[in-house]
Amino acid sequence: MTTPSTTTARTERAATRFGNRQQLQQILAFAGLVVIFAFFSFASPYFLDWANVKGILLATAVTGIMALGATFVIATGGIDLSVGTGMTLCSVMTGVFLANLGLPLVVGVLGGLAIGALIGLLNGLNVSYLRLPPFIATLAMMMVAQGLSLVISGTKPIYFSDVGGFDQLAAGELVPGLPNAVLIFFAAAAIAGVTLSKTLTGRYALSIGSNEEATAISGVDVRRWKVVIYTVAGLFTGLAGVVMASRLNSAQPGLGLGYELEAIAAVVIGGTSLRGGKATILGTVIGALIMATLTNGLRIMSIPQEWQKVAVGIVIVLAVYADILRRGKEA
Amino acid sequence: MSDSPALLRATGVSKSFPGVRALDDVHLDLRHGEVLALVGENGAGKSTLLKLFSGIYRPDEGAMELDGAPMSPSGPRQANELGISVIHQEFHLMPDLTVAQNIFIGREPRRAGLIRDDELVRRAGVLFERLGIPLDPRQPVSHLSVAGQQMVEIAKALSFDARVLIMDEPTAALTETEVDTLFRIVRDFVSPRTGVIYVSHRMDEIKEISDRITVLRDGRYVDTLPTASTATREVIAAMVGRQLETGVRPGAASSGSAPGADGREVVLSVRGLTTRKLLRDVSFELHRGEILGFAGLMGAGRTEVARAVIGADRSTGAVEVQGRAVRIRNPADAVRNGIGYLSEDRKRYGLLLDQDVVRNVMLSALPGMTRAGFVRDADGRRVAAEMVDRLAIRTPSVTQTAKNLSGGNQQKVVLAKWLVRDCDVLIVDEPTRGIDVGAKDEIYGLLTSLAAQGKSIIVISSELPEVLRLADRVVVMCEGRVTGTLVGADATQHDIMELATRFGTDRSLVTTGDSA
Ligand SMILES: Nc1ncnc2c1ncn2[C@@H]1O[C@H](COP(=O)(O)OP(=O)(O)OP(=O)(O)O)[C@@H](O)[C@H]1O
Ligand SMILES: [Mg+2]
Repeated sequence: MTTPSTTTARTERAATRFGNRQQLQQILAFAGLVVIFAFFSFASPYFLDWANVKGILLATAVTGIMALGATFVIATGGIDLSVGTGMTLCSVMTGVFLANLGLPLVVGVLGGLAIGALIGLLNGLNVSYLRLPPFIATLAMMMVAQGLSLVISGTKPIYFSDVGGFDQLAAGELVPGLPNAVLIFFAAAAIAGVTLSKTLTGRYALSIGSNEEATAISGVDVRRWKVVIYTVAGLFTGLAGVVMASRLNSAQPGLGLGYELEAIAAVVIGGTSLRGGKATILGTVIGALIMATLTNGLRIMSIPQEWQKVAVGIVIVLAVYADILRRGKEA
Repeated sequence: MSDSPALLRATGVSKSFPGVRALDDVHLDLRHGEVLALVGENGAGKSTLLKLFSGIYRPDEGAMELDGAPMSPSGPRQANELGISVIHQEFHLMPDLTVAQNIFIGREPRRAGLIRDDELVRRAGVLFERLGIPLDPRQPVSHLSVAGQQMVEIAKALSFDARVLIMDEPTAALTETEVDTLFRIVRDFVSPRTGVIYVSHRMDEIKEISDRITVLRDGRYVDTLPTASTATREVIAAMVGRQLETGVRPGAASSGSAPGADGREVVLSVRGLTTRKLLRDVSFELHRGEILGFAGLMGAGRTEVARAVIGADRSTGAVEVQGRAVRIRNPADAVRNGIGYLSEDRKRYGLLLDQDVVRNVMLSALPGMTRAGFVRDADGRRVAAEMVDRLAIRTPSVTQTAKNLSGGNQQKVVLAKWLVRDCDVLIVDEPTRGIDVGAKDEIYGLLTSLAAQGKSIIVISSELPEVLRLADRVVVMCEGRVTGTLVGADATQHDIMELATRFGTDRSLVTTGDSA
């Protein structure tokens, strides 16, 4: 559609347009967050209390970490329904390692992460080699993880009261005033950001989501990389599990169901396309913050929990519709 | 000459798919330093043969050799490592990644595990410089036109240190200047240690670029002919197995039955069509039973006119259908008003690749094929079978998945879809792209007979002979404006080119004598 005489000019225009679009996407999501924040600070005098803001950040941490992992899977055009109950299984196993077996703290934490990686690995193998649709593979894993958590824990919470220092992992404050859980979330986000944009894992995730067959024809071992991508996602699930256990200072085997949808919502609000190929970590972080801010603000305004859900649902529709409008303009 | 080993050789290769013997005991010899054209009708097995070389398929029987050594690549990557680079008929690009990221996918330069995107961009820049391709490596591929994407595929193939370059209809989407660029690239590539296999349906290109021509028919090897001493007629005869008249305007048939503008009822009138991006005040009328050609260089805005008329893009201006002013806001409105559009980009807008022929053919006609809200599948199968017959679509059955058809046959399925819908106005955009000479003739015949039945047709085409042969009148565009309308019988390629290069005022004095 181009003649040589106009190609260069068009090229340049397109390039700047693209740059603007990327920025615009993040600016818009960020602006959304600021608006919600501003609204609640006017609506409630308690909202801007540091204690409350801290609460929001803490609430963001666990779903946020799960959303980071989910971003990779969604970038491939897949979906991960196992992050919620998977996270719980990781909490429970951390409990087994630390509270029941009395292993050293580091080993227990790494063990929790390893269980997460294992969950992801199995998801990846099922998707790649058994060719199960990601929805089915991770739905099955969601149930398996839920069941195993209950079986292993004997349906009772595992407490970490005797494991010295474990609760400090999330609640301690290396930076005074800022809980470690939040630091861990931001550090994890930084790692995820670099992984998505700068490593083969991220590049191939986006590539597979963009056109899986073309990626394969180009000589990328798509099946192997999918296993890697799901495993990376699983690592984040494991991290979420450890942080969750530390925050509650216990592993609650009944928890977890529904978290996966919150994580997916955060990813989607952040502008990642469920069709794959387009994803940003910054978007996911902002999406997770929006989800947590909203829930917190509505609660502070004494809006009943049932209505909070309704509000969150509406925000998801608005956020994704705004994204569609933006993309529509660009096309 | 015969005892020095060929650069690339296939002996007695066969390949079957369920219900189809795509290749049956086929031979091919690529010599050092030559460009070998590979020709055959749609579905003859050309792409399948190339996919054996690139390791996408494994032959059921037969052997392949590279420089005398047996070869059986296990996949595209290994083929690349052996020095075989293939540009496939279907694009294999990742639209969300940038041009540079696409070219070097699977080979990203890294430092400490991190991809060096700056280095990617630099390498792509160097490559484009060498090949003379004016593209920005940082641009996402989704922003490129079909031609731009084709250039990316070409650059990607040449980014490997290839000895054998294989191209499957690389020019189907290119303009003349881009074809020139490609041919220059091919000539630069050929050396005593390299060779090129070139698949095309365009005989003039084959004449120009190739040294020898290998002909396939129905999955079988027919002959290999030296280009210089073989007439196009003979090549075509070998392809289709009979003599065929081509390139002749079927005077009586077209101009006799469709007198064109004079006195005929206007079925579609477009006034002052303008879009934000490109179109400026485009006006034209389409009469009953007329074939109206749209000519112009790539980027002149022909496809944009079609998209604006059917409501796929936003525009201002007045559209009247059968004398009634209508507002067409989207393609569904267009179909309701009896206007069908056959896209130039069949992969993106024309086909449900994962569905079978029946589903594809029925898609736009579904509302007329239901009873009490249920789809009547039996009817669909019957209609699809009729179309397969009428258009000579080569497929083992109507339940074959569209993606498994050869490129040309996919194009016919798209055409069938709109024929079934029975629109009064049919806009066909590059209707014979990727279609073999025989089938081209059939499609010309079909369009002419549709016009004779009182349908009105707009033909957008980059091939001037095609426009001249089909159209009663030709609208010529340049830079989003209509620069003239010619009456088909009197128009010449020269007239069209003159109008097609009538750029804005500042350039109107430039002579265009060399363009015919
Ligand atoms: N994956 C597949 N599954 C089933 N049938 C296939 C598959 N690939 C090709 N075929 C069939 O094999 C035959 C040869 O197809 P091929 O694509 O090689 O033709 P071609 O010569 O390249 O045609 P064209 O000029 O239209 O591109 C066709 O009948 C096609 O339908
Ligand atoms: Mg082909």
